[in-house]
Amino acid sequence: MCSGRVDLAHVFRAFSNGVDGVFLGACHLNECNYITHGNYHALTMVSLARKLLEQIGLNPERLKIEFMSGSESNLFVEGVNGFVSKVKELGPLGRGEGMVEKELKLKLEAITRLVPYIRLVERERLRLPAMPEEEYRKFFESEELTRLFEETIGDKLAVAQIVSLLRKGPLSTAAIAKTLGLTPSKVSKHLNASSKMRLVRYDESRKCFALA
Amino acid sequence: MTYTEVNSVEGKAGDFKVSLTKKPRYIIESKCTGCTTCVEYCPVKYPDRFNQEISENKAVHVYFSQAIPLVTYIDESCLYLKDKKCGICLGVCKNKAIDFNQTPEKVEVNVGAIILSPGLEPYDPRLRKEYRYGEFPNVVTSMDYERLLCSTGPYEGEILRASDGKHPHKVAWIQCIGSRQVIPGGNSYCSAVCCAYTQKQVILTKEHDSEAECTVFHNDIRSFGKDFERFYERAEKLPGVRFIRSYISIVKENPETHNVTVRYSTPDDGVKEEEFDMVVLSVGLNPPPYVNSLAGKFGIELNSHNFCKVNPLNPMETTMPGIFVSGAFQGPIDIPESVFSASGAGAQCGELLDYRRGKLTRERIYPPERDVFKEEPRIGVFVCHCGSNIGRIVSVPSTVEFALTLPNVVHAQEQLFSCATNSAREITDVIKGKGLNRVIVAACSPRTLEPLFRDTVREAGINQYYFEMANIREQCSWVHPKEKEEATKKAKDIIRMSVARACHLEPLQEFNLPVNKTALVVGGGIAGMTCALSIATQGHEVYLIEKDKDLGGTARKIHYTLDGLNVQSYLHDLISKTYRHPLIHVYTDAVITEAAGYVGNFITRVKSDRGVTEIKHGAAVIAVGADVYKPTEYLYGKDERVMTHLELEERIAGKEEKVVNAGSLVMVQCVGCRQEDRNYCSRICCSESVKNALKLKEINPGMDIYILFRDMRTYGFNEDYYREAADKDVKFIRYEPQDKPQVEAGTSDEGRPVLKVAVTDYILGKKLVIDADIIALAAAVIPSKSTKEIAGLFKLTLNPDGFFKEAHVKLRPVEFATDGVYLCGLAHYPKLMRETINQAYGAAGRVLTLISNDIVVASGSVCEVDENKCVSCGACITVCTYGAIEFYETPQGRKARVNPILCKGDGLCNTKCATNAIQLKHYTDEEILSEIDAAFPEEEAVELMDAAIGNA
Repeated sequence: MCSGRVDLAHVFRAFSNGVDGVFLGACHLNECNYITHGNYHALTMVSLARKLLEQIGLNPERLKIEFMSGSESNLFVEGVNGFVSKVKELGPLGRGEGMVEKELKLKLEAITRLVPYIRLVERERLRLPAMPEEEYRKFFESEELTRLFEETIGDKLAVAQIVSLLRKGPLSTAAIAKTLGLTPSKVSKHLNASSKMRLVRYDESRKCFALA
Repeated sequence: MTYTEVNSVEGKAGDFKVSLTKKPRYIIESKCTGCTTCVEYCPVKYPDRFNQEISENKAVHVYFSQAIPLVTYIDESCLYLKDKKCGICLGVCKNKAIDFNQTPEKVEVNVGAIILSPGLEPYDPRLRKEYRYGEFPNVVTSMDYERLLCSTGPYEGEILRASDGKHPHKVAWIQCIGSRQVIPGGNSYCSAVCCAYTQKQVILTKEHDSEAECTVFHNDIRSFGKDFERFYERAEKLPGVRFIRSYISIVKENPETHNVTVRYSTPDDGVKEEEFDMVVLSVGLNPPPYVNSLAGKFGIELNSHNFCKVNPLNPMETTMPGIFVSGAFQGPIDIPESVFSASGAGAQCGELLDYRRGKLTRERIYPPERDVFKEEPRIGVFVCHCGSNIGRIVSVPSTVEFALTLPNVVHAQEQLFSCATNSAREITDVIKGKGLNRVIVAACSPRTLEPLFRDTVREAGINQYYFEMANIREQCSWVHPKEKEEATKKAKDIIRMSVARACHLEPLQEFNLPVNKTALVVGGGIAGMTCALSIATQGHEVYLIEKDKDLGGTARKIHYTLDGLNVQSYLHDLISKTYRHPLIHVYTDAVITEAAGYVGNFITRVKSDRGVTEIKHGAAVIAVGADVYKPTEYLYGKDERVMTHLELEERIAGKEEKVVNAGSLVMVQCVGCRQEDRNYCSRICCSESVKNALKLKEINPGMDIYILFRDMRTYGFNEDYYREAADKDVKFIRYEPQDKPQVEAGTSDEGRPVLKVAVTDYILGKKLVIDADIIALAAAVIPSKSTKEIAGLFKLTLNPDGFFKEAHVKLRPVEFATDGVYLCGLAHYPKLMRETINQAYGAAGRVLTLISNDIVVASGSVCEVDENKCVSCGACITVCTYGAIEFYETPQGRKARVNPILCKGDGLCNTKCATNAIQLKHYTDEEILSEIDAAFPEEEAVELMDAAIGNA
C-alpha cells in the first residue's frame, strides 16, 4: 500500500473521531517504490484537505505530510515531535479554534459527504504533473488555487453544511448563518440556489427552511 | 552455514568435494531466538570487533544487529571456555539453547560449482606512520566513522571523540588513504568507492549536526557512478562544507584538546595549517587478509594486486574452471557492480549445472483450507515478549487480559518468542483446538516475520490473509523504553486496532500464473548477446532483436581495451556463437511495434527483414545500448582535425597517417556532460582517452599528447594505466568548468597549420597555448534514441538523465519495477566492457530465476472493481501507470476491470474513484476505517480532550 492510498475520507474520519492532528509519512518525492508516484497524490490530498480545514474554520496545521525513507529515523522523530508540540499548542480540535462541538461535528460531516465530489474536482481541475515539491506548495498557496477552490468546492461545501444542519430540523436563515459562522446574505444566496436544485424548501408556515 | 571455514577442495567443475569445519558457536542455532538475554547477563566485556573496537561487547553476542541467522555465538573470551567458571548464560537462557559441549564439526559437501565472495578488507593506515592512526585518538578511519554514524554503532548513532567523548564540530576527511600511491604499504590502484562514501558521510554528518563544519581534502573527485555527480553536488553545496584539492600532512596534536592539525596548500593561500576536532582517513579497499591461503585451497591465481585473477572477458571466471567470483574480490567495486556479479556468477553456475536444475527441490504441501467465510469471527491474539525486547517495557500479561475483553476475541495468550519453532506449532495447535478463524500476533514489524506467520496459519488450514500483525516492538516498546505505562497503553491501542481490522479481513487467493519459458532480448550488442547466450545455454529459447543490420552495437567501434584485448576478434567470436546457438533466434533490422502482456506471459510484435513476427515470451531483457553525443563545441564538425574519442580510436586502428604521425594531439575530457543539461559523468571517457594515448605512444613515442581534464576518473585498476601514461610523458592539465579550453585554427611558429588550444594551467598558474594537429573530444555517452520508445512499449521509467531506471539502484540493479523485464549494458548507464559483461550475466541470472519456474505467484492483495458501482469515468485508469486497469464491455455498459497480475497493490486508484467502486483487497476502506475508529474509541476521545483541557 502506498501513501497515495490514504484518502480524504480516512483523514476526515480521524478528525471526526476527535483526533487533534493527523500526520502522514510518505516516501521521498521522486523515489517511488512503485512507478505511480502516489506520494505526489498524497501531497495533493493533504494540500486539499488543509484548504478544507481552513474553509470550515479549523487550523490547517493540524494535518501534516512529511517525506522520508525507512532509514531516516531522525527525520521521523523530528517530524513527529515537532508536529506533536504544534498540535499541543493548537489545543483540542474545534475548541482550540473556538468552535462548539456540535458545529464541529456538522462541518466535518459536511466534508465527508462531499468527498466523492472533491475527487471529481481534483481530477478535472486540480491535478498537477510530477514536479518539485516547492512548485506544488506554491500552486496550493496561489491565488489561482484559491479562486479555483472557491469556484469548485467552496460553495458546494457551504451548501453541504446547510444540508447537514437542516437534516436535524428546519431552521431560519439567521439561525443557519449563526451556527455556520457565515453571513446571512451568503446563506440566503446558497438557500436560493439550493431551493432551485430542490435540495431545500421554504416552509411558509414556520418561516423556516427545511430539507426538500 | 555460518561460522564455517573451508579446509580443502578436491575435484573438478561439476564435481567438487569441499571439506569444511563448522566452528562451535556453543549455541544450538535451532533453539536460539536471538532474544539476547544471555548477552545482558554475560559478565565478560571486550572490544566489539564489529564496531571497530570502539565500544565493548560480551563473550556471548550476536555479531551485529542484522546478522543472519540472528542468533548468538560464544567466542574465546568466555570464562567458561577458559577455566570452566561462570556459566551464567546457561541459567538465564529460557530456551536451553546454550551447549558448551559443542566441538568443531567436520562436514564434507559435494558441489558442482563454487562461487568465491570473500569480500574486502579496509586498508590499515597503521602501515604508514605519517597518518598517526592509533597514535592520535581523534584520527579515525572511515570505517570507524561509518560505525560512529550508525544507530547500531558504538554510541547509538552519536558521533563522539575517543579523547573526550564530545561531539566533534570541525571534521576533516582525507581521501586516497592507501590508494593511488606507489609507496611501500600503499596500493597503486584507485579504490573506486571512497569519494562517494565520503560524500555520504559528509551529508550524514550534516544531518546529525547541521552546524558541523566538514572539509574534504581530495585528489580527483571520482563520482563516476550512476547519479553520483548529483550526489557530489548535493554534498558540496551544503553550508559549511569545503572540498579542497590538496595533498596534506597530519602535523601535530594539541596535547590538551587533542585536536589534530592538518597542513595543506591552496593555489590562492599557499601552505596553511588548520586545526580539526576529528580527522577521518578515507581508507581504500584491500583484498581479504587470508587471500593467499584462499587461493591455495581453491587452486586459483591472484593478480598483481592480490585480488582474484579473472578473465577480462568474463570477470566472474577465475583461472580454475567451475570456480567463479563475485563482489569486491574481483577488484575494488561498488555495491551495484557487486550485485551484478553475484547474479552473474549464479547464471554461470546455472550454465554449468543446468542438467541438474531442480533435482533436489521439494514441494511444500499445506493442508486444505477450511472455509470459514460464513462463520462469526473467532479471533486469537498471541502477544510476544520477544525475550525482553517487548516484555521489559510493555506489561504483556495485562495486554493479554485486555485482548480478551475485545469483541470476537476468543483466545489470547503470551508467548516468549512467537517466532520460535515450538511457538509457531503452538499457534497452529490453538487454531485447530479452539476453532480460531482469525489470528493476530502482537510482536514485531511484519516486514520480517509476516511470511513466517502466514505460513503458520496456513499449516492450520486457515487462509493466510486472515493473519494480522500488531507491531508492538518497533512501533512501541523500542521507541518508548522509558515510558512503561504509556507504552503498555499504546500496545493495547495497537492490539485493539488490529482486532477491529481482523473482523473485516477476507480470505484472498494468490494466483499461480504459468510462465512462458522463452526470453526476449532487445539489443544485439555485447550486453544483449552475452545475456542471450547465457540464457540459451541454460536451455531456454531466446529471441534476440537488433535494430541495425548487424549484431555488435557500440563494440563495433572499439578495437582494443586498456588491458590489451583485441575487441574485434572477441566480438566476431561472440557474434558467431550467437548465430550458431540453436536456441537463439536473431532478428536484425528489427523494430518492436507492440508489447503487451505481463510477467511470464508477454506478447511482443516485431517487424524485421523476416516480416512481422509475434513473439510470446516470459521475460524481456532491455539491452538497447547508448549513443555518443555529437559535440557542438571545440570546432567539432567544422574542422576535420577535431574528432570524438571513438572516431580517434577507429582511425588509430586504421593506422591513418594523419593521426598516428601527428606531432601533437590534445584530448579534451567531459565534452557534453558534467554540466547543467547533462548532469552526470560518462564514466568511461577518462579510461578511453588514456587508452588511446597509450596506444598512440606505442605507435609514435615522439608524439606530444595532452589530456585536458576536470577530474581524471580512471577508477579501480585502470589507475595503473593513468600512471603509465603520465610516466610516458602524456601531459595532464586540469581545467575548471567555468574556464574551458578555447580552440581556434591558426598556424604554429614554424608556419604549420594547427589548432590553437588555450587552457589555464592551475599548477603553473598561467595560460598555456598548445599547438595541436589533432583534437579528440571525450564526448558524452547519451541515452540511445530508442530508449524512450522502448520505455513506452514496456512501461518502463527513465532517470532524470534519460537512462533506464532500475528497480533499485543498489539492491536490484538489473531489474525494472515492472516484473519480468530486466536491464543490462549501456542502456542502464555508461560502463566499461567488462562491467557490461558482468551486468549481462547478472540479467541472465535474474531471467533464469523467473523462467526456470513453471509458475509465478501473484499477490492476493490487489484491486477489484465492484461493477455495480462503476460509472466508467476512467479516473482509476488514468492514475494506474502499470496499465493494470482497462475498460471492457458488459451488458450494463462499459466497466473498468483490474488485471490482478499487473496490479501492484499500491491502491492509488481507490482514492480517485468517486463511487468507491474500486477497492484494494486487504486494505479496503472498511478495513482501514475500522482501524481509525478503533484507534480512538468515542469515550477515550472525550477523555483525552478533557485531559488536554485540564493541562492547558
